[in-house]
Amino acid sequence: MSAFRALLFRDMKLAFRAGGGATLAAAFFALIATLVPFGVGAEQLLLGRIAGGVLWVSAALAALLSLDRLFQADFEDGSLDVLTLSPLSLELASGAKIIAHWLTTGLPLVLLSPVLGLLLNLPVPGYFPLFVSLLIGTPALSAVGAIGAALTLSIRRGGLILALIVLPLLTPTLIFGAGAVMGALDGTGQGAFLFLAAFSIAAVALSPFAAAASVRLNIAG
Amino acid sequence: MAVVSLVEVQDLGCERGGRRIFRNLTFAVASGQTLSLEGPNGAGKTSVLRILSGLLPQLEGDVRVHMSAGYVVSDAEERGRLAGWIGHHDGVKGQLSVIENAQFFAALYGARMSVPSVLDRVGLSRIADLPSQYLSAGQRRRLGLARLILSDRPLWLLDEPLSSLDAAGRRLTAELIGEHCDDGGIAIVATHETLGLDATRHFLGTA
Repeated sequence: MSAFRALLFRDMKLAFRAGGGATLAAAFFALIATLVPFGVGAEQLLLGRIAGGVLWVSAALAALLSLDRLFQADFEDGSLDVLTLSPLSLELASGAKIIAHWLTTGLPLVLLSPVLGLLLNLPVPGYFPLFVSLLIGTPALSAVGAIGAALTLSIRRGGLILALIVLPLLTPTLIFGAGAVMGALDGTGQGAFLFLAAFSIAAVALSPFAAAASVRLNIAG
Repeated sequence: MAVVSLVEVQDLGCERGGRRIFRNLTFAVASGQTLSLEGPNGAGKTSVLRILSGLLPQLEGDVRVHMSAGYVVSDAEERGRLAGWIGHHDGVKGQLSVIENAQFFAALYGARMSVPSVLDRVGLSRIADLPSQYLSAGQRRRLGLARLILSDRPLWLLDEPLSSLDAAGRRLTAELIGEHCDDGGIAIVATHETLGLDATRHFLGTA
């Protein structure tokens, strides 16, 4: 388990050092959310109505931003060979990398979301559902994204292909995430939360295996 | 450290990008021996080492690792857990300091040795706090040697370990390999240069 912890802490350290994606994703998230009122106009009712959806789409794009280097950086500098030959299985290694990615990009987005909700005039009953839906749903972004990152790790400019692979797979997260906020505003119940949680749990549980299999394929290629 | 008594390679064949690299490669290395794999560029030295480590699947043939406990390891992934590895890249993170890199390797491989003493051994203790992005190619290689020591594996697979190293670094590498083999380890080294130690040589031709 100490190997798992070592990899988790190393990846988190790297995310906060120069060239890491931690602060970048949060800044990107804030920027998109700030730009939206310029695009759709400053009508407060409309903004409040779309705030949940806008923040969810922004969160998905921001999470994607730092995903392309998740395995690629390790592949290029030989770390992935070192990891593969270590006592830690690639499944656990992928799990550690997914958790590190969520802690350094997903969690900051969750914490930042109420502030951006204020910026978009989100109605008061929407704050708690927004916060909770992002907390439940952003792990799925990191987990599903990791599969795409592992598939494209040996491709130069793989980030574009990564987005093409991953974004369609994130559709359920976006539907149920934004739906959870909308449901709370409209008072139509909390069904979306349950679907979001189910999708998130399934993604987090299964993706380390898919990512590890993709890493093996790429290393052997 | 689990102890390997013999590594046996039989009729190994390899193809890369649809092109045949080598076939019918057969050799055996016993505990305490060093094998130096030699051959022109493109002869497949790196591929042999990657197959032995389990990183690359073999097209044909067998690799059998006989353990001194009496059983034989033929599974590629299990073989990887016996391998100490030096490849073209050293797996060093530029954003981390030398000692942070070494501590990560130690934790990852569950090393029981003290990290500072290993850094001292490879001549990096004076720059332990330097961010690794400022290391020269030779110093990176020394950090790779530190990882090799920390991994504490019986079967060393070294791909051009002498590249970018200065005279002292080459002597150190030869010394480390010598000590490893004296302890009953095995070293298989792909190289273009003389290692400066007692080694069986095996030539790979172009297929």
